[in-house]
Amino acid sequence: MADRSVTIASVNGLHARPASLFVQEVTKSGLAVELTRGEKTMNAASILGLIALGLQHGDEVTLHTDGDDADGVLDGLAAFLGTDHDA
Amino acid sequence: MSDTAEDLTGVGIGRGLAVGPILRMPEPLPEPTDVTSTIGADAEKVRVAGALAATAADIRLRGQRAGGAAKDVLDAQAFMAEDPTLKDDVDARLAAGKTAERAVYEAFAAFRDLLTSMGGYMGERATDLNDVSQRVVAHLQGVAAPGVPDPSYPFILVARDLAPADTALLDLDKVLALVTSDGGPTSHTAILAREKAIVAVVGAAGALELADDQIVIVDAVAGTVSVAPTEAEQKAAAATIAARAAAADAPVGPGALADGTHVPLLANLGSVDGALPAIEKGAEGVGLFRTEFLFLDADRAPTVEEQQEKYTQLLTAFAGKKVVVRALDAGADKPLSFLNDEPEENPALGLRGLRALRANEPILRDQLTALANADAATDAELWVMAPMVSTVEETRYFTKLARELGIKTAGVMIEVPAAALLADRILPDTDFASIGTNDLTQYTLAADRLLGSVASFQDPWHPAVLRLVGEVGRAGVAVGKPVGICGEAAADPLLAVVLVGLGATSLSMSPAALADVRTELARYTLQQAKEFAEIALSADSAVEARVAVLAAASSLTTNNTESE
Repeated sequence: MADRSVTIASVNGLHARPASLFVQEVTKSGLAVELTRGEKTMNAASILGLIALGLQHGDEVTLHTDGDDADGVLDGLAAFLGTDHDA
Repeated sequence: MSDTAEDLTGVGIGRGLAVGPILRMPEPLPEPTDVTSTIGADAEKVRVAGALAATAADIRLRGQRAGGAAKDVLDAQAFMAEDPTLKDDVDARLAAGKTAERAVYEAFAAFRDLLTSMGGYMGERATDLNDVSQRVVAHLQGVAAPGVPDPSYPFILVARDLAPADTALLDLDKVLALVTSDGGPTSHTAILAREKAIVAVVGAAGALELADDQIVIVDAVAGTVSVAPTEAEQKAAAATIAARAAAADAPVGPGALADGTHVPLLANLGSVDGALPAIEKGAEGVGLFRTEFLFLDADRAPTVEEQQEKYTQLLTAFAGKKVVVRALDAGADKPLSFLNDEPEENPALGLRGLRALRANEPILRDQLTALANADAATDAELWVMAPMVSTVEETRYFTKLARELGIKTAGVMIEVPAAALLADRILPDTDFASIGTNDLTQYTLAADRLLGSVASFQDPWHPAVLRLVGEVGRAGVAVGKPVGICGEAAADPLLAVVLVGLGATSLSMSPAALADVRTELARYTLQQAKEFAEIALSADSAVEARVAVLAAASSLTTNNTESE
């Protein structure tokens, strides 16, 4: 089990293109990853959920997963969200 | 003559003619009926899983074929089809006894409504969701997914109107002509038709009632679709098509009137790739280089270096020729989130054109710097103009900034009636003016150029628009500054003659229109062009102006033939 808190770095938030890339990363990991902002928790592999969450630059989210290499996977995903994909 | 009662009339784009069988764009699938599943939830779940996976795979394949920006959009659509949250929602609906079709339809609709309610950028994704939903349902029903027909033979495409998503995947080599029932001369269909020189008649009411494979003649000059042409009529049309093709291959020279008055014919370009084809069609330079392509699909402005590389390629291709580059024109129909993402009630009247650039001056400075650097490294004659200038003060602002950053020739686009009316005050503070007739028409007639219901107002032949063009032309003569035209109006051959009569000193258009305009200009003297302008100005409406000038022109052409 592992958790990571990370701040969305993309200047224009997690819109369709970065969300699509993020979902690709999550799917590749093969693990069930949850993403939480505030009260709301969702499946991180859901592009529609991500778009609907409307994550903005500076938003704080938490990632959570169980399973093999949970730490390694979350390090990668946290790094993705912590990178400005609009730069 | 065929049964003229059934012939359709619309607005023709260009001067072409086409004969062939029609194919209609498939209508959207009907909403699946809400009945109880007869095969049970588990069997429906298997069907849904298969359809979602197959649709995602199909979308990915289309993305690979399309490449570029379309691939990113389609990849995101594929993830929507595979979305686990959506799948959970569908499964819950199946458990309640719904059919696979209905459950998919409802689940996508729920997400679509959620995104639409978020507005703005999220709202635009709703279109993607609709497309994916239709594809999954089509797969479940075993019917063709709604989309562009792709037969093995050339055809005439009939549609309500075409969206960019439709035309991105259209095999243009097989499309003989486009006919739409909705949309006006500035609709996406019309712009595509002009750009690619496809024969088109838009806004032809009744077009959707045509049957697939029916042979029709599409005549863009007359703006008609003949629905039951006789064999003789088909032969005559084929002969005209062949004659036009031969004329287009004829050697090209500089644009000039019958009396030798030089009217440079320039190309409107939206990317560097268009440079060579434009030169082959005889473009004497570029009258409007749109720079939006560098910025669209981007989440931030490109760097000076990135821009400079593209501008250098462009200017190198046009060495020794004039190239007019328009500074970034964002807003209204082409929003850019990093320039202005405030929702506006009336985007066409909002923070767009030079207004948006001024509010983000670093972006404008970067662009002008990149252009000046590219100019210094190449041999083309670079002119740079600001979009949508409304006031003398804005003119001064842009000219001063452009000079400060090393631009040698700086001008303004006249698209706002206020700027046209005060052209005599504006021109002394700048090097040239270029009239954007599309926006000038929209603002003069107060009719949104993207709105089908007011498309009939969007006609640059309107005497009010022509009078404003005349104001700018007169001011240009008085202060000795060039006045170009770079709207779609310049691509209408007879209107091009009228615009020259009103004082335009150069015309810029889609390269595909150059041959027809060149031929038309060569028929008349400057004096005759001025007479046509007077005739058009004294008309009461766009239709009257067009008819009156056409009558005057054909009587002249007949007389010329008789005297030879």
